[in-house]
Amino acid sequence: MSELTLDKPRSPRRPAARRSNGELYSWLFMRISGVALLVLVLGHLFIMNILDGGVHRINFGFVAGRWASPFWQFWDLAMLWLAQIHGGNGLRTVINDYARKDATRFWLKVLLYVSMVLIIALGTYVIFTFDPNITD
Amino acid sequence: MTATAEVSTGSRGAQPPVPDGAITLTLKVRRFNPEVDDEPRWDSFEIPALPTDRVLNLLHYVKWYLDGTLTFRRSCAHGICGSDAMRINGVNRLACKVLVKDLLAGGGKQTTITIEPIKGLPVHKDLLVDMEPFFEAFRAVKPYLITYGNEPTRERVQSVADRERFDDTTKCILCACCTTSCPVYWTEGSYFGPAAIVNAHRFIFDSRDEGAEERLDILNDIDGVWRCRTTFNCTDACPRGIQVTKAIQEVKRALLFKRV
Ligand code: SF4
Ligand code: SF4
Ligand code: FES
Repeated sequence: MSELTLDKPRSPRRPAARRSNGELYSWLFMRISGVALLVLVLGHLFIMNILDGGVHRINFGFVAGRWASPFWQFWDLAMLWLAQIHGGNGLRTVINDYARKDATRFWLKVLLYVSMVLIIALGTYVIFTFDPNITD
Repeated sequence: MTATAEVSTGSRGAQPPVPDGAITLTLKVRRFNPEVDDEPRWDSFEIPALPTDRVLNLLHYVKWYLDGTLTFRRSCAHGICGSDAMRINGVNRLACKVLVKDLLAGGGKQTTITIEPIKGLPVHKDLLVDMEPFFEAFRAVKPYLITYGNEPTRERVQSVADRERFDDTTKCILCACCTTSCPVYWTEGSYFGPAAIVNAHRFIFDSRDEGAEERLDILNDIDGVWRCRTTFNCTDACPRGIQVTKAIQEVKRALLFKRV
């Protein structure tokens, strides 16, 4: 592939600055959520995989026990939302940087946003409606 | 593919005598002639060179004695005008500032030096690229003194400490080494690019200037500083040793804390 055929015309007519802080906030969010996720995820991994018995003690009862406490509900909820939005925003910038055609960019973003909304909705639903007394 | 018999000869006729201590090296040049080629191609030249020669001398040698059609920009030949930025062995450098001795292959092996046009700007011919998109981004950040109110009767005084804040970014020669080494710019031509941000920085942090807010607004936008991924390619490429990424971070900080 040659650099001669640039899909994006350089020297675009630049639109006037929009005076919005959107990009600033998104940048800031990435930094803050990144630090928060470091604590949340490492803590999660430690509890799940290392603390007494590690992964072998995880079963339905264990999850039910944890989610009986609002603290762990909140922890998992925060982890879910932050990871989804942090990762989604990261992917958004990757798509912005690397998608060559406007159509590709559009559809990749649609896919991204739909998957984000689905996973967040499903995860949140499970955390809040989890029923420890479920019978089959 | 070596260019030998079929190429036109250089613009200065017969080759000069080979100086003592010269080594023969291969210069591989990425070439493109819009009137003939559909795709860029590689041309190789065997050139006698002294270790103290600059890469620019090699290009001169080709143009003057081997193939007069080789096209590139250069003016001062001393790292001041910023016109001969190119990719030398894969990194952006000024051809007039890179010495052959720093590119020699060790262990008596044959040295090959590859030369390509800078990346991310449309190629006109050979190493000549269209610089207009680069300068458009430069102009867009208003790189000139903006003041309001009455002019002072005498000079606009500035303390040494105030001057120090933007000293680094006054050194830019607009060579485009930085912007065309930026991976974000390669894929997204609407990104302002490091050079434009460096030149905005030069005025934003100038105590005599009053246009900081306008420029910060411009760089706060989608194609502004927040696109930078802090990969430091630009800092590595700058032939003037400007701390480009640091300057970009300072602009981000000014935006973040609303304080210049
Ligand atoms: S530090 Fe920023 S501007 Fe410089 S090359 Fe990397 S992404 Fe581009
Ligand atoms: S900042 Fe350095 S690399 Fe970029 S245009 Fe200026 S002098 Fe060239
Ligand atoms: S020719 Fe002027 S900077 Fe190299």
